[in-house]
Amino acid sequence: MGKKLLIHNDKVPGIATLDVYRQHGGYASVEKALKTMTPNDVLEEVKKSGLRGRGGAGFPTGMKWSFLARPEGVERYLVCNADESEPGTFKDRYLMEVIPHALIEGMITSSYALGAKTSYIYIRGEYFYVARIVEKAIDEAYAAGLLGKNILGTDFSHDCYVQVGGGAYICGEETALLESLEGKRGNPRIKPPFPAVAGVWGCPTVVNNVETIAAVCPIINMGGDEYAKIGIGRSTGTKLISASGHINKPGVYEIELGLPVEEFIYSEEYCGGIINGRKLKAVVAGGSSVPILPAELILKNDKGEPRLMSYESLSEGGFATGTMLGSGGFIVYDETTSIVKNLYTFARFYHHESCGQCSPCREGTGWMEKILHRIVEGHGKPSDIDLLWDIQRKIEGNTICPLGDAAAWPVASAIRHFRAEFEEYINHPERIKDVKHYYSVHQLAGA
Amino acid sequence: MAKVTIDGHMIEVPDGTTILQAARMLVDKNPEVDAKVAPPTMCYYSKLKTSGGYCRTCVVKVTKGSEKDPRPMPKPVASCRTNVMDGMEVVNITSPEVLEARKGVVEFLLINHPLDCPICDQAGECHLQDLGYEHGLAKTRYDFSRRTFNLIDIGPYIKLHMTRCIMCFRCIKVADQITNNRFQGMLFRGDASEISTYIEKAIDNDFSGNVIDVCPVGALTDRTFRFKSRVWFTKPMDAHRNCTKCSGKVAIWMKGNEVLRVTARKDQWGEAIDWICNDCRFEKKDAKDWVIEKPSHISRHSVISQNHYENLAQLKLDIGKQQKQIAAKK
Repeated sequence: MGKKLLIHNDKVPGIATLDVYRQHGGYASVEKALKTMTPNDVLEEVKKSGLRGRGGAGFPTGMKWSFLARPEGVERYLVCNADESEPGTFKDRYLMEVIPHALIEGMITSSYALGAKTSYIYIRGEYFYVARIVEKAIDEAYAAGLLGKNILGTDFSHDCYVQVGGGAYICGEETALLESLEGKRGNPRIKPPFPAVAGVWGCPTVVNNVETIAAVCPIINMGGDEYAKIGIGRSTGTKLISASGHINKPGVYEIELGLPVEEFIYSEEYCGGIINGRKLKAVVAGGSSVPILPAELILKNDKGEPRLMSYESLSEGGFATGTMLGSGGFIVYDETTSIVKNLYTFARFYHHESCGQCSPCREGTGWMEKILHRIVEGHGKPSDIDLLWDIQRKIEGNTICPLGDAAAWPVASAIRHFRAEFEEYINHPERIKDVKHYYSVHQLAGA
Repeated sequence: MAKVTIDGHMIEVPDGTTILQAARMLVDKNPEVDAKVAPPTMCYYSKLKTSGGYCRTCVVKVTKGSEKDPRPMPKPVASCRTNVMDGMEVVNITSPEVLEARKGVVEFLLINHPLDCPICDQAGECHLQDLGYEHGLAKTRYDFSRRTFNLIDIGPYIKLHMTRCIMCFRCIKVADQITNNRFQGMLFRGDASEISTYIEKAIDNDFSGNVIDVCPVGALTDRTFRFKSRVWFTKPMDAHRNCTKCSGKVAIWMKGNEVLRVTARKDQWGEAIDWICNDCRFEKKDAKDWVIEKPSHISRHSVISQNHYENLAQLKLDIGKQQKQIAAKK
């Protein structure tokens, strides 16, 4: 049984209310931080904990906080990125829906460390009901004196607001989120300047994922050194994984980083194995934008060592044989899945969500989708695979924000690991004629 | 001051200069440096604040970050929005990787472009044509239908052809920064996004015509010049008049004694030198309105330069030099 720090109380009835949450040790970190620690102490604890951003990039949170510019007389802001839109990721929704106070507690403690008088929680438009839950929790916190002027009788005052987005994937990119928060069109900004210098309203801003902010509470409660002992190597602490796909028990699981992937998929405690006892075909380990890996490479890396659920182990071997932990959107595919059709779905998504600012992503995502559509419909040309490869190569790394990369990596990895399947689609369109969505060509061909 | 090396040429520029500006300074100051060392731009416009960074044609590779931190930058960077650091080393035309990336960008810009150059008024002075000629493929690899838009009427002076647009945002920046009211913006997203304006408030600002000059393609063209002539059959002349609204320094495009079109004067990089007002641009179409100074300077590589002699002696020298070079190669 792994250690749980974030959602250990998720089955307690009424945990969404302030009273029950406090009965179970809630807001202890706020009391501890505000009454016994200086803001710098809190920052030091977070640094010591080795906590890394849980939104996808895995950047050390303590370092991000210490980059925050602190000019005299200028407001600083904390923004919580709750625009969780990565296909396959739903951990933040679960956390906010079930234990909203965990987020608010983290917001207060983190804002104290950063010296932010105001913070925003930017929630994606489709999560409007979650926004209501969080707003209700904020009202409770205000009534209990945990938000507002002189929190718990200390000098620290803080206001927290919820802002609901319009429902665009791109607004999960931190600078696009800030634009959207300011009421503008959610287009990513060109960096530099980074948000730590000029963020929302031109003021220094820290943008953190929901889970990152919630993880600050256990760090303060148990101490950074103690937190750093959990996990493996530079991947410290616990991580929420949104498990979905062809598994017996899809859902949100909190794991200790360093858990073997094989155990995560097959143990009864977590995913509970592949549905109907089928064989594992592939896994997308961290949300749709990270490279897809075939079964043999996700369970063991290219050196034959078992792969672990950690930032380092999953990315071992680079993109040739590795992937990324990303946001923890763990999608499992069984042997009946068509990788080509799955890729088409992803490509359609990125085409739909491209903001249209820079040319490679604006034009390239649409082009890739059209080619994949043609292949899926059985009208593919033999040259299409190389063309797709060429397009993704020219998008990757050549855009303002990472959406271009996110659109390119799934295409690259699918072609890299499942080229034969693409060829099957193109060379034998008759075999895929009346194929149901989830059956692969291989099975029909008896391969 | 920062020392920066671009394609092996060193130049010292003030801090805060972008790589692109440094490359242009380099070309301006040293005639022997190949003008191609300055990356091509489709969206950057030095006179418009916050322009650039979108089209990605100006990408370069930074092989050495700075004297203090010599690590190379991991990805190609947009030279128009990246500031130089002391000791920075940049490769542009000497890097096959950069040329490859640029080729990709040109292909992306062209896949949804209608390629209706034969009926486009911009043909001959179109930056996308130049770019395609320099970096494009001979044949397209895109075999789907190209995107189209509903026509939008934006007033009697300016014609908007959304199908030709490459989303450089320059016209939006003009509307934002040169005219007092912003009537332009972007609608929708991804490859369905389009530039649009509030129709009932059709652009009636004195300086709105400048969007025609900044448009790198034929998306915004002059309605008073529409289908009158191909630009290479007209003669550009520098001219001026007393104008109360603008500097009055323009280029007039003549055919015989007729003034077919009035535009801003353009510099070496195809950018307007002075913004001009709509009166000068659209209303003064009589040669008597203008004091003609001299033939405008047109690059010898432009199709407009045919039969356009600014300086016959220099032209002869240039041709002589070229012939010598060809002979030397043989």
